[in-house]
Amino acid sequence: MTEPTDPSTPRVGVDEWVASHEGRRAHRAGVAGRVERELARVPRPAFYLAFGAVAALLPAFTSNGYTIRVGFDTLLYMLLALGLNITVGYAGLLDLGYIAFYGFGAYGYAMLASPKFGVHWDTLAVIPVVVVATAILGLLVALPSRRLLGDYLAIVTLFFGQLFVTVYQNGEAMSVLGFTKKYDVTGGPNGIPNIDNFNAFGFHVGSLQAYYYVALAVFLAVLAAVYLVDRSRTGRAWRSLREDPLAAELMGIPVNRLKLVAFACGAAIAGLAGTMFAALNTAVFAADFDVPTLIIVYAMLILGGAGSIGGVILGAVVVNVSLEVLRTPGHATWVFFVLLAATLVARMRPWRWVAVVLGGTIAFGFAVHAIVSAVWPRGVHGQAAVGGILGSGLRHWVVLPSNPMTIGNVAFVCLVLAVLGVTLLHGRLQKLALVPTLYLAIFVWENRLAVEPSVTRLILVGVILIVLMNARPQGLLGTSRVEIV
Amino acid sequence: MWRGAAGRTAPPLRPPQNRNLFVTELVAGVSHGSVYALIALGYSMVYGILKLLNFAHGDVYMVGSFIGFGIITVFGGPLNLHVSVWLMLFLMFFCAMLGGGLLGVMIERFAYRRLRNAPRIAPLITALGVSFFLENAAQLVLGAQYQSYNAFSWTNSAIALKHFGLPAHAVISYAQVIVVVGAVVLMVFLTLFVQRTQLGKAMRATSFDREAAAMMGIDVDRVIVATFFIGSALAGAAGVFNGIAYQQVWPYMGFQAGLYAFIAAVVGGIGNLPGAVLGGLVIGLAQAFSIGYLSSTFSDAIVFAILIAVMIARPSGLLGRAAVQKV
Repeated sequence: MTEPTDPSTPRVGVDEWVASHEGRRAHRAGVAGRVERELARVPRPAFYLAFGAVAALLPAFTSNGYTIRVGFDTLLYMLLALGLNITVGYAGLLDLGYIAFYGFGAYGYAMLASPKFGVHWDTLAVIPVVVVATAILGLLVALPSRRLLGDYLAIVTLFFGQLFVTVYQNGEAMSVLGFTKKYDVTGGPNGIPNIDNFNAFGFHVGSLQAYYYVALAVFLAVLAAVYLVDRSRTGRAWRSLREDPLAAELMGIPVNRLKLVAFACGAAIAGLAGTMFAALNTAVFAADFDVPTLIIVYAMLILGGAGSIGGVILGAVVVNVSLEVLRTPGHATWVFFVLLAATLVARMRPWRWVAVVLGGTIAFGFAVHAIVSAVWPRGVHGQAAVGGILGSGLRHWVVLPSNPMTIGNVAFVCLVLAVLGVTLLHGRLQKLALVPTLYLAIFVWENRLAVEPSVTRLILVGVILIVLMNARPQGLLGTSRVEIV
Repeated sequence: MWRGAAGRTAPPLRPPQNRNLFVTELVAGVSHGSVYALIALGYSMVYGILKLLNFAHGDVYMVGSFIGFGIITVFGGPLNLHVSVWLMLFLMFFCAMLGGGLLGVMIERFAYRRLRNAPRIAPLITALGVSFFLENAAQLVLGAQYQSYNAFSWTNSAIALKHFGLPAHAVISYAQVIVVVGAVVLMVFLTLFVQRTQLGKAMRATSFDREAAAMMGIDVDRVIVATFFIGSALAGAAGVFNGIAYQQVWPYMGFQAGLYAFIAAVVGGIGNLPGAVLGGLVIGLAQAFSIGYLSSTFSDAIVFAILIAVMIARPSGLLGRAAVQKV
């Protein structure tokens, strides 16, 4: 907050617009606003340390291998999102070949520490080599498009990512432009198996717990580095070129060089994450580094808020844990209903409408169920995706055809159209239209989406990107930008 | 998963009886290039007006292809049509173009319109999301396996080229002729539309300077909707052409084809319509010849090399004019 000054005499050396920046930000009123302001006064590193402490306790609470594995994956995703955050969040470059650098790191580790070529380097030697090589690769990819608009960079990197997968997937018989003998470089679709574990300072990292702690330590170290860079001269320059490259150049900031540096930094972090991926999985396949992984990392970054380190952590946890939960239809159904209710409560004002819509949906459901069971008895003989109380309740409420394939697919298309239609309506009409749409959503969920989790998760990731960009482009933790006048 | 069970192997691109490599690759390149060019036109039109890379465009092409497949399924099974082939061809193109166009308009209305004044990265990420959503929704609804247009296997019967003074074993198929002729017809219509009609004039004006066009009384929203409709209708038609010529359609076909078309648009000069056609031909020929003479693995690498070379030598594309950045 600015100190009260006499408005007629500007203070010397202070830009009034910048000084009053905080005052013009929209703040929430009431208790929520006060909590927000108090939290904003806690220095950021305290949050990161708290996160590190909580994360370090995870293996102490559970010895379940699956949970720790999910934790490790989440840490890897966090690391990936952190690197992407530099390129996309700080420097504003759309890097769509990011996952190729991840794959390059993984394959790099695999080639230097596996029986494939009989090379077994020490981990402490492999990692720097791989990280530097990935950074150089990043530089080479970004170089041709350095003078061009961001769109061209997006195309070049997207195609580079595709090229990476093609070449590595077909790399079992590579020759130099068809002139030399054919060499097996990447193992082709079989990948590279039997990769060595991490092995440094005489310690042999063998167990899942150990990998978890290695990943946590690496993540915190990178986090600290990124935090410091963000607050440095370079970090400020990145943000300025993201906001307005032309103005930044006029201020004497070496825009092209900083873009390349940001790109290489992101690539290096992805390469580092790749080495850990390869070491824990003990095998790498090119198909792991294709577009779906890229989109998932983007969803994490966007959900948390591009440009915010805390957002990266939050986004990776939320997206990865929800994608894991989706694998079990029973859990996923609970989460789905809780989310539907939470969205209604959060978005609908006044709250009595929530009760009206929910009550209307329940009544509507019973009516539809009664009609369908009278007209078409086979339409209610299917199985709910969830057991227990919820499942037996749903059986009397949702229409569950014994063969839901075709009707479910038609309903899915109708659902998409209905949701789009609802966004066009206003006021009471919208709330009325919400009742059948909700029922349709639950119908589609129970009959199609919950039973095919592998596709559903990818559909949901796409939806997250579209909805967030339209509704809240700054994500959960990012700050909305102050409009420049 | 992403490439489906069939891995990354492309479907067979040409009838196996072709023997003369050069002519074969030339024909395959031109017919592939025509499909790329049709998709690239849509990319270029949208980019010219909104400065938006519409990643979902390739998936509109996929949807168009499946609409054509749906028409085949409705009117009789493989090789057993209940209606005249010409009527069915007409229906396929009509429905695919209409459906593709409407899909494009919906994407614009619900995903991009609110982001028109947002920072440029926001619509790009939305476009990625739309593309990803369409692909996976298609996989949910249509299944992940390849579907075949085999009602049209007659189109692969060859026309011997002996009578035209070409080498003896060179053979081209009816399908390839249909694709090339159809693409040229559509391009002629598009050119006439953009050059001669009032809406086409409004499009050119909007693409030149959106704000100034709005000040001159052009309804920019309407122009944008029309652009999306026409561009997406072309992509829908390209989907049917692809189905007729190469038989196979599946939910992820849009991504790869969209990417090539993209590069075609950039190589030709993005925002420039003749450039998109030229770029499509260049990319189609480069791909065909590198598959024929080098190896199919590296055709991607050759195309990538062309893209990089063009971007270094002529950053605004082969036919594009150098953009002057305005402050």
